[in-house]
Amino acid sequence: MDALMLDGNAAAGLLQEVFAVEMTTALETCGRCGASEPLGAVRVFRGAGTVLRCPHCENLLAAIVEGRGRVWIALPGVRALAIETEGGDEG
Amino acid sequence: MAGAALPGRLSWRLADVLGIEPETANAKTLVLDVPEWPGHRAGQHVDIRLTAEDGYQAERSYSIASAPNGTALELTVERLDDGEVSPYLTDELRAGDQLELRGPVGGYFVWEPRQAEPVLLVAGGSGVVPLMAMIRARAAAGSDADMRLLFSSRSWDAVIYRDELDRLAGERLTVAHTLTRSQPAGWKGYARRVDSAMLQEVGPPAGHKPTAYICGPTPFVEAVAGALVALGYEEQRIKTERFGPTGG
Repeated sequence: MDALMLDGNAAAGLLQEVFAVEMTTALETCGRCGASEPLGAVRVFRGAGTVLRCPHCENLLAAIVEGRGRVWIALPGVRALAIETEGGDEG
Repeated sequence: MAGAALPGRLSWRLADVLGIEPETANAKTLVLDVPEWPGHRAGQHVDIRLTAEDGYQAERSYSIASAPNGTALELTVERLDDGEVSPYLTDELRAGDQLELRGPVGGYFVWEPRQAEPVLLVAGGSGVVPLMAMIRARAAAGSDADMRLLFSSRSWDAVIYRDELDRLAGERLTVAHTLTRSQPAGWKGYARRVDSAMLQEVGPPAGHKPTAYICGPTPFVEAVAGALVALGYEEQRIKTERFGPTGG
């Protein structure tokens, strides 16, 4: 098999296709442990779809499945998602 | 998805393969021309999609190796024997072919030439690719940032970009190699896995508020990130990109 990206970076292309903004710098807050991380830093697991888990408590943050002309995005474990609106980086 | 004309929205586009250049026995650089490429930032990647004749699709992410100012887009791909995508890219693809890609993607694992703080780059194998984009971007921008690369490879022959790194290295851009499996005769560099002592010798002191970028296989990234935290690096200044074999 190929070496796959295993961070939120791996889901970034699909997310940007859907949301039309860069999503790896979006800050998610885990609904279970409360930790905040940029989406680029969360764990990603790929099977039939893409699963995002909290790097601190393994909580299921999101699941993304593509098919039949739709993208299904479930966000069962995300308390909040903060998305930059004007190209601001930290630093 | 149809490419609506929203700024920021990504869509799949066709790239022309201009050439394919060997880097090591297992890694090749694809030189691509992407019509209306919007430009990229050092550290970003693209998604590549292959479609078989029966409609089966496979998608992988590959880091961009070239500096943002280049006219061509370069991706360096490591061949994995049982891969679905990489053997096609390294063995079958030819100049003149076309490739479907989406990008540039990412903003978290990115270095900008305006960043003035010291930077530690830690690469495991082909994890050097996005870090090379940062090194090239630094050179292209004439940045004076203190940048240090610690690069772990299995052997001297497996070191990707070896000659270019040699050429670029200098007082403000240092390159340290560690060779974990075999070393050439008379090797004076490191010959073990990256560890805390090595990071302390190579990296900027934690007190200088460095930013660290770590890219490589998951266990490598975890070990390095953990060691840097223990050395006092601020967690939010440690950026990671991990890859590894997975079927999900």
